[in-house]
Amino acid sequence: MADTILVIVEQREGKLNRVSWETIAGGQAIAAQTGWTLEAAVIGSGVASVASAVAEKKVAKVYAVESARLEPYTPDAFAHGLQEFLGKHPAKLVLMPHTYQVRDFVPKLATVLQTTAISDVIGFKYEGGKLLFTRQMFQGKFVADVSFAGSGPCFVTFQNGSFRADKVEAGATSMLAPVETVNVEIPDGVVRNKPQEVFKEAKQAVDLTQAEIIVSVGRGIKEEKNIALAKQLADALGGELAASRPICDNGWLPMDRQVGSSGQTVAPKLYLALGISGAIQHLVGMKGSRSIVAINKDSEAPIFEIADIAVVGNLFDIVPPLIEEVKKAKG
Amino acid sequence: MRILVCLKQVPQKDAPLKLNDAGTWIREDVSYEVNEPDAFALETALRQKEKHTGEVVVITAGPARALQVLREALAKGADRAIHLEDDAFVGLDAYNTARAIAAAIKDEKFDLIFTGLQSDDYGYAQTGVILAEILGLPHATIIMQIEKNDGGIRVKRELEAGFFQYVDMPLPAVLTIQSGINKLRYATLIGIKQAKNKPMRKVTMAEVQSAVGANLQKIEKLYLPQKSKNTEFLEGPPAEVAKKLVEKLKNELRVI
Repeated sequence: MADTILVIVEQREGKLNRVSWETIAGGQAIAAQTGWTLEAAVIGSGVASVASAVAEKKVAKVYAVESARLEPYTPDAFAHGLQEFLGKHPAKLVLMPHTYQVRDFVPKLATVLQTTAISDVIGFKYEGGKLLFTRQMFQGKFVADVSFAGSGPCFVTFQNGSFRADKVEAGATSMLAPVETVNVEIPDGVVRNKPQEVFKEAKQAVDLTQAEIIVSVGRGIKEEKNIALAKQLADALGGELAASRPICDNGWLPMDRQVGSSGQTVAPKLYLALGISGAIQHLVGMKGSRSIVAINKDSEAPIFEIADIAVVGNLFDIVPPLIEEVKKAKG
Repeated sequence: MRILVCLKQVPQKDAPLKLNDAGTWIREDVSYEVNEPDAFALETALRQKEKHTGEVVVITAGPARALQVLREALAKGADRAIHLEDDAFVGLDAYNTARAIAAAIKDEKFDLIFTGLQSDDYGYAQTGVILAEILGLPHATIIMQIEKNDGGIRVKRELEAGFFQYVDMPLPAVLTIQSGINKLRYATLIGIKQAKNKPMRKVTMAEVQSAVGANLQKIEKLYLPQKSKNTEFLEGPPAEVAKKLVEKLKNELRVI
C-alpha cells in the first residue's frame, strides 16, 4: 500500500458520467496536496476504450478491471471483483462518485475489507499531514470534518458537483498514462441477484431542462390545494412548475416535475424555490441555475446557502402580492 | 414472511438544531421522530405481512428516548420489538451499528430485513448494506416494490434520473427502502392499547460489546456550512418584499 490514491470511475455503455470526471478532479486535487500517486480504475466488461479516455488525463496509471460477470452490474460481482483487484493493487485512499450504484456496493466492499467508506463527501482538507473529508449531515443543516481511523484502504464517495469536471487536468501532451488490464475471477455462485433490463417509467411529458424559469415547491406548501398558488406564480412569470421529491411522492404533482437526484437536473435562468428546505438530493438537481431565489420560513434552511436572493418568511404571505407585482411589471 | 425492520430515531425535520459545546454533535434537547425512510420500511413490512402472513419485528439502537419509535411501530401493527438501549449507540458509525444489530439478532431467523435507504442525521446510507454483508445475505438498495415469486422476490430498484430496474433475488435478503413509496398508516386506538402487551426485548451495550469495535471514521468537527454565495436577504412586510423582489427579477436578473 504505497501512498496511492485510486479513483474508481463509473461507466455505463462505454461512457463516464460527469461525477466520475469530477471525482478524478478531486483525486488530482488531493494528489497535488499530499504528493501521493494518483491512479484510476474502470470496472466492467469491455472497458478498454473508457480506460484509454481516462489515460489522457493527469493520472499515473489506469487499470481496466475486467470480467464478463461485471456486466450487468450487481453488488456481489462488483464487491468481489474490486476486493480481488485491491488485493493485488493496494491503495491508501479509494475515491468514487456518490452515485446510486456506488452506494449499492461500496458499503459491502468496505465491510469485506474490514474498513469503512466515508460517504457523500463534498470536499477535503489536508492539515498537518492529516486528511479530513467534509460531508453534510442532518440534511445539509451542518457539515462535518471526518477523519479516517482505520488501517486502510479508506473509501470516500464524492457528491455531485463537489469538484469541477472541466477542471480535470490533462496529462502531458501526446503522452497517455499506461493502461493495464486486470482480469478478475468471479466464481459461480458469487452473484446472487438477477437484474433485469433498466427502464424508464412513463415517458417524460415535461422537459424541465429546457425551461428558462422554474417555480418549484417543497414541503412548505403544506397541502395539495396550495399547489394552485405556486401554479399562478409560475404562470404569471411564464415559467414551469416543479417540485421536490416529497411533493411528487404525495402525488400532488406528477413525477416528471420532480427536480433532484432521482428526478430532472435543471439549470434555468431563474429557479424560484417555495418552501423547499434544500436537502442535498434536491440541490444537486438545481444548483447550476443561473439565479436562485428562495422563500422559506426557516432562516437556517440549507437552500439559503445557495440562494442569490432570499426571503425568510411565510410563503403564503409573500406569494399572493408577488403574483400581483409580477403581473403589474409585465403590464 | 418474517421481517425485521430497522428503525432509527432522528431529530424532527423542522427541529431547530444547535451544536454542543464541543462542536462535535448537536445538543440532544430537541424533539425526535422516526427517520422518514424507516417509516416507509415499516409500512412496507406491514403490507407484506398482511399479504403473506408472518411476523414483523422492529429493532432500534439508541438511548431510552428511542423506545418511542418502537412503541409507535408496535401500535401500527409490528408484533414485537428489540431495543439496543444505550446512549453510546448514537455515536457508532454505520459499520458498528450494523455489527451491534447483527449481534442482537444472532439467534433469530428472518426472511427479509428492511432499513430505510438512509438516515436524516448521519446520512451514511450504509447500515443496511453492511448488515447484509455481515449476515452473508444478498441485498438491494433504494427499493420501491417487492413481489414474492417462485425463487424468492422480485424488487423494483430506483436508479438515477428517472430510471428503474427489477431485480430477482433469493431469500433471505436485506433491502433498503425508498421514502414515499406508499401511504403511511396511523396507529389506531386499539393498536396503541395492544402495543403495551407486545414483547419488548432490551439488549444492553455489554451484550453486544464483543461484536463492536472502534469507530473507523471520526467526526472531528461539526459546524454550520460556509456560504458559497453572497445571498441578499430581502426584508420587510410581504407587500414590500414582493415589490423589491420583482424589481430585482426585472432589473438585475432580467427574467421579467
